[in-house]
Amino acid sequence: MDLAHLQAIAEQEKQRQRAIRLHCCTSTGCQAAESLQVKDNLKKAIEKKGLGDRVEVVGVGCMGFCGRGPLVQVEPERKLYEEVTPEDAESIINALEGGKATAKEGDPDHPFFARQMRIVREHSGEIDPERIEEYIAVGGYQALYKALYEMTPATVIEEITKSGLRGRGGGGYPTGLKWATVAKMPGNQKYVICNADEGDPGAFMDRSVLESDPHLVLEGMAIAGYAVGANHGYIYVRAEYPLAIKRLQKAIQQAKQNGVLGTQILESPFDFKIDIRIGAGAFVCGEETALIQSIEGGRGNPRPRPPYPAERGLRGCPTLINNVETFANIKAIITKGADWYSSIGTANSKGTKIFALTGKIKNNGLIEVPMGITLREIVLEMGGGVPDGGEVKAVQTGGPSGGCIPASLLDTPVDYDSLLKIGSMMGSGGMVVMDQNTSMVEVAQFYMEFCREETCGKCIPCRTGTVQLHNLLTKLLDKRATTQDLELMESLCQMVKETSLCGLGQTAPNPVLSTWRYFRDEYLALVKA
Amino acid sequence: MSVKTLTINDTPVAVEAGATILEAAKQAGITIPTLCHLEGVSDVGACRLCLVEIKGINKLLPACVTEVAEGMEVQTETAKLREYRKMTVELLFSEGNHVCSVCVANGACELQDMAVTVGMDHSRFSYRFPDRPIDISHPSFAIDHNRCILCTRCVRVCAEIEGAHVWDVANRGEKCYVISGLDQPWGEVNACTSCGKCVEACPTGAIFHKGETTGEKTSDPGLLDFLVTARKKQQWIR
Ligand SMILES: Cc1cc2nc3c(=O)[nH]c(=O)nc-3n(C[C@H](O)[C@H](O)[C@H](O)COP(=O)(O)O)c2cc1C
Ligand code: SF4
Ligand code: FES
Repeated sequence: MDLAHLQAIAEQEKQRQRAIRLHCCTSTGCQAAESLQVKDNLKKAIEKKGLGDRVEVVGVGCMGFCGRGPLVQVEPERKLYEEVTPEDAESIINALEGGKATAKEGDPDHPFFARQMRIVREHSGEIDPERIEEYIAVGGYQALYKALYEMTPATVIEEITKSGLRGRGGGGYPTGLKWATVAKMPGNQKYVICNADEGDPGAFMDRSVLESDPHLVLEGMAIAGYAVGANHGYIYVRAEYPLAIKRLQKAIQQAKQNGVLGTQILESPFDFKIDIRIGAGAFVCGEETALIQSIEGGRGNPRPRPPYPAERGLRGCPTLINNVETFANIKAIITKGADWYSSIGTANSKGTKIFALTGKIKNNGLIEVPMGITLREIVLEMGGGVPDGGEVKAVQTGGPSGGCIPASLLDTPVDYDSLLKIGSMMGSGGMVVMDQNTSMVEVAQFYMEFCREETCGKCIPCRTGTVQLHNLLTKLLDKRATTQDLELMESLCQMVKETSLCGLGQTAPNPVLSTWRYFRDEYLALVKA
Repeated sequence: MSVKTLTINDTPVAVEAGATILEAAKQAGITIPTLCHLEGVSDVGACRLCLVEIKGINKLLPACVTEVAEGMEVQTETAKLREYRKMTVELLFSEGNHVCSVCVANGACELQDMAVTVGMDHSRFSYRFPDRPIDISHPSFAIDHNRCILCTRCVRVCAEIEGAHVWDVANRGEKCYVISGLDQPWGEVNACTSCGKCVEACPTGAIFHKGETTGEKTSDPGLLDFLVTARKKQQWIR
């Protein structure tokens, strides 16, 4: 398999594709709303009308507007149908030749779509994730070819560094620097790990990337392997994502068959294989050292860092670990260059970020936006604000590690540093909108309950501090707490934050601290009279 | 052998490169409180009592696993560290059922000593009175989970020195408890050699010799380090 071969596959696929393509979402969200039935019925209707040589229905990944699924989009005319039922299918086909479909028509130019900038999700919802040919037809594996034949590992790393890409898993560590560190470590055996454990409540960005465009992640990992000198990669994905796992398996198999994974990739001397490891549902296994323990077959407990995985990771070898979305950015950076990538975003946060927009908001779903966009633009313009004339009270970002941002700060730009400054964080991309009826103490209690249940139990402050914090919040909500209890709560928050072993405990108090900072009245109003 | 020089509480110390801050402090005669650390077995950095402040680093770091570096300036007794240590011990007492007056280890308990060291005389956190079992199925020893602080010293001593790996931790968070074998009654675990090292390793009265009653447990954690030194260096010194 060489470049000509790759191009031949692309050519053949383009020939095969019909003039009119009906994209039918088959991601988890839409599947739950019978999209597979919709797809089947569309197919039958096409056959019935004998349109098979002109029209095809393609099962695609997520289009983003998950709250309005199942979605069907007609290409190239871009007509969008929302909340499609299996019964609507036939009328949609009839509408291709004039006539009106019974399904509700959506607006493909709605700000929800128009304000997005799609780099990672460029082909999500447009290609069939279960066919490598479709990925190759949109330029897939060309970046890997370019890296292998036109670049050295050092120039790949230089490009990633120059792009300004930072980790999308929550911490925001500069990706180029991490790659450079792993590349510099001595030793023949190194590993690349893709962190697909996505456990934040309300977050489903990584699931969507894996379900919609799995080859994008594989290509990013292979380029990373070439850059750091690793020949073995693992994807650690949670068992709650069966469809993502299935599509990854299929993608890996097809990539091997087509010579873009395995030995002598694209006829170069570079070997790279990828294995899948399935997590058993512990949030803490998303923490990198716990994840590595888990791959090794041990109990998923974090260990103190340093040494960082870059120095001593999987089986004691230097290991590069990045998030799904981080890897999904690599192809675009290699193809279009670091200068292009770094022109997007703010001074210290480059590129785009995917958010899962949920909560009390009209337009639920996944959005990919350039860094630096304000919360107001996301929540009010793209999200359409709170339904039924309600008011935004706060926006929660960063999940159990993040904080609640009050409506008065909606003009804050979304970038790593600005969010940190106001007591929240970018996190992995969960964004939950809350309206005027939300009790912020209950929100804090909810996240603390989550941490209480998910702490691994290894270190004392987190194992038992989260329980005491949860109990104190419960006591407060029962109107049994005194002002001394609030003082104790505040100092315990500080203690858990500063003394816990890993990121889980170190950030667990954030939802309490941020609501205590911005909504103190609500806490004080609950104190025992 | 290269040497690093640093200061601990403003006292200059010179130690072998690769030593931990805890080892350096020990050589300088400075005591840093520890619970999960046990001479002779690996360190896990779990109890967080040994956290220290280091100039120029904005995080507290555990002395037991942090290597010394040239010019490091370490503080082990700041007001903040004292307060956090005290809170940690309070959290431990609130978490289990620690009733010294009826405990086999009364008077020889590292948790009890730690409470004295950090000046804890009561817990600001409400006691949780968990419902925990006792396993007396082993012919020679017993484990009372009410007194366990999950330091995992027994786990490590059994896996690393005895090589039997009878002990491990099950579940998550507040539901964690140490298990023998595959969560079987201890007496039914074939892998147990009845060596008794876990009894010596346990800092509290959780694992004890059968037949011991209130205040009768004596343990000898130093024995474990002696064994390791004897094996690795062929030196029989105590
Ligand atoms: C409790 C906890 C959970 C985490 N969960 C995830 C996760 O689900 N996915 C992820 O990519 N990173 C997660 N992380 C961050 C990882 O430890 C690690 O920093 C990240 O995978 C690095 O990749 P990046 O540099 O590409 O962001 C978690 C961290 C902590 C402390
Ligand atoms: S901070 Fe929490 S999750 Fe992390 S090691 Fe400690 S107990 Fe485990
Ligand atoms: S002795 Fe260092 S953390 Fe317990």
